[in-house]
Amino acid sequence: MTTMTDPPQESFRLSMLLNDTRYRSYTFQFIALLALVMAIAYLMSNMFANLRDQGLFLSWAFLGEPAGYDINQRLIEYDSQMTHWRATVVGVLNTLLVAFLACVTATVLGVIAGVLRLSNNWLVSKLMSAYVEAFRNVPVLIWIIIIFTIMTAVMPAPRAFRGDEPDATMLLGLFAFTNRGVYVPAPILGNPLFGSAAMGWLLIVLGLVGSFFGAKALGAWANAKQELTGERPTTWYITLAIWFVPLIVLLTIMGLSWDIPALRGFNFGGGLTIRGSLIALWFALAIYTGAFIAENVRAGIQAINKGQSEAAASLGLRPGRIMNLVILPQALRVIIPPLISQYLNITKNSSLAIAVGYMDITGTLGGITLNQTGRAIECVLLLMLFYLTISLAISAVMNVYNNSVKLKER
Amino acid sequence: MKKTVIFGALTAAGLAAGAAAAGTLDDVKARGTLNCGVATGLVGFATPDANGEWQGFDVAVCRAVAAAVLGDATAVEFVPTTGKTRFTALASGEIDMLARNTTWTFSRDVDLKFTFVGVNYYDGQGFMVPKDLGVSSAKELDGATVCIQTGTTTELNLADFFRVNGISYEPVPIETNAEAQQQYLAGACDVYTTDASGLAATRAAFEAPNDHVLLPEIISKEPLGPLVRHGDNEWGDVVRWTLNALISAEELGITSANISEMSAGTNNPEINRILGTEGTLGEMLGLDADWAAKAITAGGNYGEIFEKNIGESTPIGLARGLNAQWTEGGLLYSPPFR
Ligand SMILES: N[C@@H](CCC(=O)N[C@@H](CS)C(=O)NCC(=O)O)C(=O)O
Repeated sequence: MTTMTDPPQESFRLSMLLNDTRYRSYTFQFIALLALVMAIAYLMSNMFANLRDQGLFLSWAFLGEPAGYDINQRLIEYDSQMTHWRATVVGVLNTLLVAFLACVTATVLGVIAGVLRLSNNWLVSKLMSAYVEAFRNVPVLIWIIIIFTIMTAVMPAPRAFRGDEPDATMLLGLFAFTNRGVYVPAPILGNPLFGSAAMGWLLIVLGLVGSFFGAKALGAWANAKQELTGERPTTWYITLAIWFVPLIVLLTIMGLSWDIPALRGFNFGGGLTIRGSLIALWFALAIYTGAFIAENVRAGIQAINKGQSEAAASLGLRPGRIMNLVILPQALRVIIPPLISQYLNITKNSSLAIAVGYMDITGTLGGITLNQTGRAIECVLLLMLFYLTISLAISAVMNVYNNSVKLKER
Repeated sequence: MKKTVIFGALTAAGLAAGAAAAGTLDDVKARGTLNCGVATGLVGFATPDANGEWQGFDVAVCRAVAAAVLGDATAVEFVPTTGKTRFTALASGEIDMLARNTTWTFSRDVDLKFTFVGVNYYDGQGFMVPKDLGVSSAKELDGATVCIQTGTTTELNLADFFRVNGISYEPVPIETNAEAQQQYLAGACDVYTTDASGLAATRAAFEAPNDHVLLPEIISKEPLGPLVRHGDNEWGDVVRWTLNALISAEELGITSANISEMSAGTNNPEINRILGTEGTLGEMLGLDADWAAKAITAGGNYGEIFEKNIGESTPIGLARGLNAQWTEGGLLYSPPFR
């Protein structure tokens, strides 16, 4: 190679931009980009000109004004005297909450359904096909409304729990299922360390993270021992202890007690309220997207050569272990990229919240705030920015995970 | 997907804003129909009947304007709007006017840039509860779950009322009256709050209206009226004076029964000016001389429209109250036709 001399350099001529295949694609891409930028610039300047003509101008000052409306589900402190910005943040947290719950549930459902759909049991596999086909092919908005309507129409109103001979009673005296939502006992820390309950819970989360790494270290130790001696030490009770002892100790020190919901006045008070709107949105998104994830999982599994499971079977592995140790780890590489887009779908579809009055960011910023202030363009721009940021963040996190499980070439 | 929709909406808003600037009267005449925004369905105010014809108190205003401008009370394209969509529909030019139980407020006028041409119903916000809850005052509603339509003045008044009285509540935001009705009847909320007229209309549609009571508190002023966009005063004048013609007609005793007789000329000069047998009021508006006569013929004068749609002889059964003529102790007072 090095002994060869370079061919004489051809001088660049302008016509090569069109005639030379090396440059032509760049030329066209550049023209397309220019056209796109100009189109956007035209639309923007047109919008601003029209706004100016109407005496309107973009201003974000309204975000600092008192919102004036109340929000039923608040993960942070909020009242109607706080600002529109605060209301927006309340909405953001509600969006993130339902998206998180739905992503976790959809993944669990999807993996189970996807694996079972390939089951050798005819009934199980047909049931799972039915699930996938039924849920995938009905728009998610319809599912949200169906679940919500069933909840409000079928479950008893809180007033049915009243009186000496009530029409409805609480499950085990702990859970109340009403048409407004489900009320469950709430854990209360009697004397949290560092003063505030939030710090107490943070401590518990930190404890759990510690247990996670502890359990991981234990597993690594057991693996090392197995490599060395060929015998795996029994560790399950140590794992249990690692998980539960710190948790129980922490909870006891901080005086855990349960706040049981009870009927007070018009509604149940105390305990934790999971509103009907959250349940409807959460489950509808989960079962709908779960059906898509099931298909991704099935595709991922079927992408693994049959020889792999036959080889594993001939080594004497049971079907469950074949799935967990041989198939799924490889299938994950195929499953994760489409899974990312399903998570993005859940987050974006959660904006259908408005159909059941769930106060996500589309309900607060894009709904009431937009309406009461009339600042449509500002609100919509902020909404776009939010969904864009969230989607990019989810993609980034999932891509990191994907890189860590993908085929590593050594 | 989300992004393209929003971007499309933005550009559409940008493009439409220019188209909707001026000349609404000419647009309506050229189009041959009036695009009128109304409620999605509120018995007595705006609701399609069994034949799909829109009927109601607000609908009658649309029909009167169509009759005045186009000479045809049926030349109306009714556009159902929710509390949330109504202002966008008007601002974007999708509708020429809005007649949908809409409260005249400072910020809607000044900040949202709409012109309220008058008031066709003086109202206030009330509360409805099932009788068996045993509540007799809104101040007893501590901890109650309340259904409210979003994008309304109602939700702001509600927050203020409960805060000022130091009691708590749980809001259930809802898009349309029909949805609110369903939620309320299912017991998903204890209370439904909106304009008192809307409550009466909603209750009239119940199977057992007597099982529900309106609480005595009226917590706000809700002057409801038709509105148009800022910036087209000619069109605003047309709608304003059509409404005034209906109100003046009642005051002056012009009814759908005697209008053809009166159109031949009377010895009351104001009646003559309204009906176009004297002066050139119609011409000044850019309409025919008998524009107001056509508007009144469409559904009768204000009093007739009231009685037919929401008055005491209807299931809704609203008394005139504040909505009586000023001569009868009410607030209806049309400026003179001169
Ligand atoms: N007047 C208030 C409330 C108007 C409102 O939404 N009224 C309800 C009930 S009276 C209504 O017209 N609903 C009909 C519908 O949902 O289409 C406002 O302008 O904000």
